[in-house]
Amino acid sequence: MSKHPSAASPSSIREVEEYQGLLSWVSSVDHKQIGILYLLASLFFFLFGLSEAASMRIQLARPENHFLSPEQYNQIFTMHGTTMIFLVVMPIMIGLSMYFIPLMIGARDVAFPRLNAFGFWIFFFGGLLLYFSFIGGGAPVAGWFGYAPLSEKAYSFSPGQDYWAVALLLTGTGSIASAVNIIVTTFTMRAPGMSIWRTPLFVWMTMINGFLLLFAIPALNAALVMLLVDRNLNGFFFQTSHGGSALLWQHYFWFFGHPEVYIMILPVFGIISEVIPVFCRKTIYGYGFLAASTVAIGFLSFAVWAHHMFATGIGFPMYYVFAGASFLIAVPTGIKIWNWIATMWGGSIRFATAMLFATAFIIQFTVGGLSGIAFAAVPIDWQLTDSYFVVAHFHYTLLGGSLFGIMAGIYYWYPKMTGRLLSEKIGKVHFWLMVIGFNGTFFPMHLMGLYGMPRRVFTYPDLPHLGALNLFSSISAAVLIFSLLIFFYNLAISLYRGEVAGDNPWEGWSLEWATSSPPPPHNFEKVPPIRHRRPLWDYQHPDLPDPVFEGTRHDE
Amino acid sequence: MVSSPLLPASQQAQSIYDLFQIVMVIAAVILLIVTGLVVTAAIRFRRRPGDALPRQDFGNHRLETLWTVIPFLIVTAMFVLTVRTMRQVDPHPIDRKPDLEIEAHQWWWEFRYPGAGVVTANELHIPVNKNLYYRLTSGDVVHDFWVPQLGQKIDAVPNHPNYAWISADAPGTYLGTCAEYCGAEHAWMRIRVIAQSPEDFAAWVKDQRQPAVSPSGMGIAGRGLFLGLPCMNCHTIAGTSAQGTVGPNLTHLASRQTLAAGVFDNTSKNLARWLADPQKFKPGCHMPNLNLKPNEIKVLTAYLEELK
Repeated sequence: MSKHPSAASPSSIREVEEYQGLLSWVSSVDHKQIGILYLLASLFFFLFGLSEAASMRIQLARPENHFLSPEQYNQIFTMHGTTMIFLVVMPIMIGLSMYFIPLMIGARDVAFPRLNAFGFWIFFFGGLLLYFSFIGGGAPVAGWFGYAPLSEKAYSFSPGQDYWAVALLLTGTGSIASAVNIIVTTFTMRAPGMSIWRTPLFVWMTMINGFLLLFAIPALNAALVMLLVDRNLNGFFFQTSHGGSALLWQHYFWFFGHPEVYIMILPVFGIISEVIPVFCRKTIYGYGFLAASTVAIGFLSFAVWAHHMFATGIGFPMYYVFAGASFLIAVPTGIKIWNWIATMWGGSIRFATAMLFATAFIIQFTVGGLSGIAFAAVPIDWQLTDSYFVVAHFHYTLLGGSLFGIMAGIYYWYPKMTGRLLSEKIGKVHFWLMVIGFNGTFFPMHLMGLYGMPRRVFTYPDLPHLGALNLFSSISAAVLIFSLLIFFYNLAISLYRGEVAGDNPWEGWSLEWATSSPPPPHNFEKVPPIRHRRPLWDYQHPDLPDPVFEGTRHDE
Repeated sequence: MVSSPLLPASQQAQSIYDLFQIVMVIAAVILLIVTGLVVTAAIRFRRRPGDALPRQDFGNHRLETLWTVIPFLIVTAMFVLTVRTMRQVDPHPIDRKPDLEIEAHQWWWEFRYPGAGVVTANELHIPVNKNLYYRLTSGDVVHDFWVPQLGQKIDAVPNHPNYAWISADAPGTYLGTCAEYCGAEHAWMRIRVIAQSPEDFAAWVKDQRQPAVSPSGMGIAGRGLFLGLPCMNCHTIAGTSAQGTVGPNLTHLASRQTLAAGVFDNTSKNLARWLADPQKFKPGCHMPNLNLKPNEIKVLTAYLEELK
């Protein structure tokens, strides 16, 4: 489709033994294989996270139900949250970053290929260890944020909490390794001509994300070590019965936990910023504002953590500061929404499945963002925090936002990774069922919160509206899960029967489309010259070159 | 009965609801604009065969500055309203002793009235139209006291007492619940606030200050059994030798509406079921199954039923 011939000749290096067979997947240090391993492992854990979600929705379908015991329910919601965050959304992001950053910047691999493999395997075994807890004496029960002193031995005696802490230490260490790799790769491995202001926005945003990981995860790791000391060596960092502090855990956890929610959305902002322009045949609107607002989010995300603690009684001065910062972070996030809409405006929009997901993302993420602003208003938080309104809010950002964005990315990049397109026909069924299932499941949760239902309850009394809302939510959840099974089916069947993609099926402009699909082990035979932000645009439209922006000439 | 912040029954809850309405209207307008623009773009600019290449628009700093500044002004306004409402909800008192002490436990509530010397559990009686200042603590893990119609929620943090206000504009029963995940039976840590006219409240306090009634008939055997079994290690019945403080005070158990922090209505049948096997109805709770014989349950129930 592009006017230049394929830059890669895949036959030569592919014949090298190290790149063949099953063993290559275990021993590989190739960023593409590791990227795919991340994605496969995430999909594997996704199945667990989904079955946990299904069990919870069955239990909550009617009031005072007895499908699960309280102990089982508490294990399941703890594992659902921990799985979806640490074993699904984060590793999908890291997998896509590892696969596409080198391709998008015209590099041969990431800066530290062995560290990359280390990061993956330590994450994967961390995940397995977490699930081993089910047969190792009981899964953790203290919720994904493991509030002390509930997570201490006095109140959670089973070893599940220790498995939880060690597993998160392992996956967290993997994330730090990945963060170092992403940052160094982005700074040092860009092809000649690709100045920082010509770097694709996906790379920009994953690079900022690397800094977030690098500064946030150590706070979690430190807290986890303290918890392990408390539980196993009779320490008392968080043991309130011995003078420890319950709030200290919360500060540590949310110092990690709030950047964490941006960690799970920034790479998606990057995906959306790549997908929308390509399917609108129009350049991204306001590249500078999009990049700079990401930096602003990066800084502000470390100044909002205590908005998770507005009901803990830490005092008005703290509330003022953190409410102010939490309101403020809405501004750079809002900028992105307007810029994406401006990119669509006046474009020539092709609604392939990837673009459908990106479009739904904008609206659903806005819903989640706006309910998030409500939580910055301290008194509203005093009513609605820890109610189902919060559950609705963060599922709109994490599922309606992150997962929809991830879907856009997977439909967009699957042909690059496999050489075949995902079925568009199945994709559209998947999309519409997922939109209906998602909104049907989670919109009513706003109302449940407003009718006084607290989160994390294994059952609820038969108060007005709660039964009906929960039943509606549970039925919709079945639709949502069914749509995801369709997605899995599409992933599997298209691998064999999908339409052959060619190098550049979407007429994209970033460098990953300048090599074959899938790319050869060495990525590029020859990296095309980079004179602008959209290297392939120049080939497609030699008569209409992108303008050269100020401050980008020095590389030439 | 409902339990919703949308039906405020106190000045405090009303202030929060007013702010909530303002924020929701602003949010709805923004959502409408975003959705409208996205849908319009999706329809108007859908690719049609033979479409020319769209104009490549790299951005417009003036426009982008506009959609940075306007949201900034909106959130600034919201911040100002937030600060105002915070002060209405939680006016800082000067050296005021708390009217009420609330202590959260896995999985029940202890309510103490320091002035009157009354101790009760799970059902809080308050006089209407009186703003009460309360001190909230926890005996074990983090809990949260939340009665949506009456005001803000606030965490019960061990080693970290918190203070807040509660009031009700009209007599009635207001439902609440623990709102911070606190372990196995977090779901059954319900709260009832019974707001009464000042006269009714005074009468209630008077009753509650009495020691437990002397039982009659079968209840006499029930009391003997209660004091002979491990029950007394955990529960207090004023006027007897039972002075345990691990579980709820039972001095006036029969005057309460519910049992086990909301699991049952308080009827003799439910009380007998509860005594027979607490772990069946509230699995994980700290009350053990004492393997009581049917006859023991009968006399114990008779005794506890008399504790009006």
